[in-house]
Amino acid sequence: MHKPITLRVINALDRKSALALAVFLALTLFAVPLLHLMVPPESAWHVSAYAITLFGKIMCYAVVAVAMDLIWGYGGILSLGHGLFFALGGYAFGMYLMRQIGRDGSYQSDLPDFMVFLDWKELPWYWSGSDSLWWVAALVVVIPALIAFVFGYFAFRSRIKGVYFSIITQALTYAAMLLFFRNETGFGGNNGFTDFKRILGYSITSPYTRLVLFGLSALMLAATLIFARALVRSKYGRVLTAIRDAESRVMFIGYNPLWYKLFVWTLSAVLCAIAGALYVPQVGIINPSEMSTANSIEIAIWVAVGGRGTLIGPVIGAFVVNLAKSWFTVSFPEYWLFFLGLLFILVTLLLPHGLLGLWKKLRQSRGVRA
Amino acid sequence: MTRALFLFLLYACSLSAHAAPDAALVRQLADDDSSVKVAAIQKLTLSADPDTLRVLAAMAEDKLYLAGDKVVIIDGEKVFDAATGAPLKAPENAESVTVNNRIRGELASALAALKLFDTDVNVRLASAQKLQSSVSGEMAPLLARALEKESDGRIRALLTLAHAQASLGSADPAVRLAAVRALAETSSPAIKSVLLPLTEKANESDNRVRFATISAIKAIDARLARAENLGRVFSGLSLGSILLLGALGLAITYGVMGVINMAHGELLMVGAYAAYAMQSIFRSYFPQAIDWYLPAAIPVAFFAAAAVGVLMERTVIRWLYGRTLETLLASWGVSLVLIQAARVLFGAQNVEVSNPSWMSGGIELLPNLILPWNRIVIVGFALFVLTLVWVLMNKTRLGMFVRAVTQNRAMAGCVGVPTARIDTLAFALGAGIAGLGGLALSQISNVGPDMGQGYIVDAFMVVVLGGVGQLAGAVWAALGLGVATKLLEGWAGAVIAKIAVLVFIIVFIQKRPQGIFALKGRSVE
Repeated sequence: MHKPITLRVINALDRKSALALAVFLALTLFAVPLLHLMVPPESAWHVSAYAITLFGKIMCYAVVAVAMDLIWGYGGILSLGHGLFFALGGYAFGMYLMRQIGRDGSYQSDLPDFMVFLDWKELPWYWSGSDSLWWVAALVVVIPALIAFVFGYFAFRSRIKGVYFSIITQALTYAAMLLFFRNETGFGGNNGFTDFKRILGYSITSPYTRLVLFGLSALMLAATLIFARALVRSKYGRVLTAIRDAESRVMFIGYNPLWYKLFVWTLSAVLCAIAGALYVPQVGIINPSEMSTANSIEIAIWVAVGGRGTLIGPVIGAFVVNLAKSWFTVSFPEYWLFFLGLLFILVTLLLPHGLLGLWKKLRQSRGVRA
Repeated sequence: MTRALFLFLLYACSLSAHAAPDAALVRQLADDDSSVKVAAIQKLTLSADPDTLRVLAAMAEDKLYLAGDKVVIIDGEKVFDAATGAPLKAPENAESVTVNNRIRGELASALAALKLFDTDVNVRLASAQKLQSSVSGEMAPLLARALEKESDGRIRALLTLAHAQASLGSADPAVRLAAVRALAETSSPAIKSVLLPLTEKANESDNRVRFATISAIKAIDARLARAENLGRVFSGLSLGSILLLGALGLAITYGVMGVINMAHGELLMVGAYAAYAMQSIFRSYFPQAIDWYLPAAIPVAFFAAAAVGVLMERTVIRWLYGRTLETLLASWGVSLVLIQAARVLFGAQNVEVSNPSWMSGGIELLPNLILPWNRIVIVGFALFVLTLVWVLMNKTRLGMFVRAVTQNRAMAGCVGVPTARIDTLAFALGAGIAGLGGLALSQISNVGPDMGQGYIVDAFMVVVLGGVGQLAGAVWAALGLGVATKLLEGWAGAVIAKIAVLVFIIVFIQKRPQGIFALKGRSVE
């Protein structure tokens, strides 16, 4: 980003948002590392490794939720394929992590363990360059962008929208999942990538690496929010919202919705992929089940719970749903699906604007009374 | 007529009179030299008459004795002349004929071969079938004789085959040629592997025979390939029927009503669990009628799924008409609740639903093409459900109302159609049909809480590809997808075929969105 744009973006923040941003960054970049490293584990103020991984993971989810909100909340296009882009980013970065294992795998080979297991003699062509972080970082962005662009171009050009778009994105993700489940595809089949050892030569389990990844996720989330905010307030964002509300009218005025939709769709895919790339080293595994239908739909519910068409809503939604998930799956594992299912039903029936909408309504009614 | 019968009897008598075993050969059976005995057994076998069978059987049971110069059979108190079968007085110095292991083996195969001449058709058939796997060159004359006498068509076919196989080793090229030509008519992989060595010059010196063999193999290959393709088309049809059963309910709720029901897969699951429940009830209360649990489960599956459908429509779907994306999410929530409910009620593991006995086995069309009964029943059941849906939608008052509400809700309401109730009924109908689909699926795939998830994408693909709002479209799409998937599987493997089909649908929909998405229902913008 060039300086003028950066300045414009920062200037665009009102005082309340700027304050919230400052508090968020201070917490994630200073308070949490200090509390994790300096405070002894016995203390109530100690932040555990589990908590850091959990929140780091959820911040990646929040980025995905914001990306989903850009396309769904502002563009009116419900994608059931965002799990695919998330997983693609994760796989691309996972390739780098697999190469970083080096000869420390169970077979002491230069090749990743699963390739030795399949009796492959050399890396497939698409693995070339995967030992370079920069190349892999480029892959994380370019591959999902390319897939999203091509798929989106044909879909939007044919004016496929609404549920049809949802269903074909679902089919796309499903097909990709089947592809990645195959051993011959060269991405570890069923088991995917796991047992990572190090990243840029640093041990992946060390607290410093963990904190750096955590900090990067926080920065990514903050950057996504600032950028998304600038985007939806720009002229582009207005046209996008207009397309969501009345596509035909926008066309009659003389805009071509194709490029507006295509841009936000590709952007959304790239954001997901970056989030996926940050997610994989933190949780230590990526496998094809990330592309399952259920995962992609869950992303939609984070956005719906928080409130779509707002930027902070999806973040809140991602945090609420995922914290609830980690609490339920530990305390009442058999009730989690009931809760999630009821959440889907109740939010769509009773809270069309999510928690944020509920809060606004409550504040309004209190204002009226006062 | 009587005359003909009489003549036939006369002929039969003369045949049996002819067939008494050669006394000299019978004498050789009691020779001191084992090789002579073996040769005699083989020669006697070729004559192939009931008396020979009697003698050889007696020999195998150690009842053959040599009394002086006469070979006799001593069975307890009774004594017979081995060659003629005439009863004799007990001889004074009868000496048992030694039967060593070599001779015992020879006798066993001779007795087996002689079964080809048994009077019982079933015994002959069993023997001929058994022979197919162990034909040797020495059996050629025996087989020729058996073939000469055989009148049963099935056995003749088997014997012709065995005879041709046996004569492949003949020294006479003309015999070999005839054998190869006879074998060219068959279509079994086993025969092909018998013929394969003869295409090499080292194994077959006669050019004519070799060329005939090559063309015979080609003919067999062509027939095998045809059978294989036929088999693929059939399994494609059966997969298509499964897809259709999975998608028909959706064709009503989504295609006609425009409701995106992501819980459709779970309605299939409800139907499958209904089959499981009925099976359990029949096992405990009517174990003698267990084969009938499946027909009994048909109404249960339908109404169980329809009841879930009514509940869904009344509590969730009703409030979201016209908001398809919200319907999608809410019905996904319903599906999660249903999955978890199934886990709580029936356990997280798959449950075992077994086919009734009348669904096991299959029809063998060709040696390498067997149509299993359960697949045939599924195809028939799909037809039945399709007819049911068609009649309900086109021939009943309910169907008329549903179509009316679909085409113009306001107008239908104005002329007195209870639109809200029709919505519920139509949704229940779609759900019930899904339950029937699930019942069928329970017979061929695993029944578990997650089973529905695997079908939801397929079901949507069928409905979307076929054209929303058209039952006929769904039928063509389901059968087309089924056959295409199975044919692709033949050369690319199951996963690649599935991916290719999905990609094809994605591309096709982008190419033909208008034609496919010619919406007439309420979801028109």
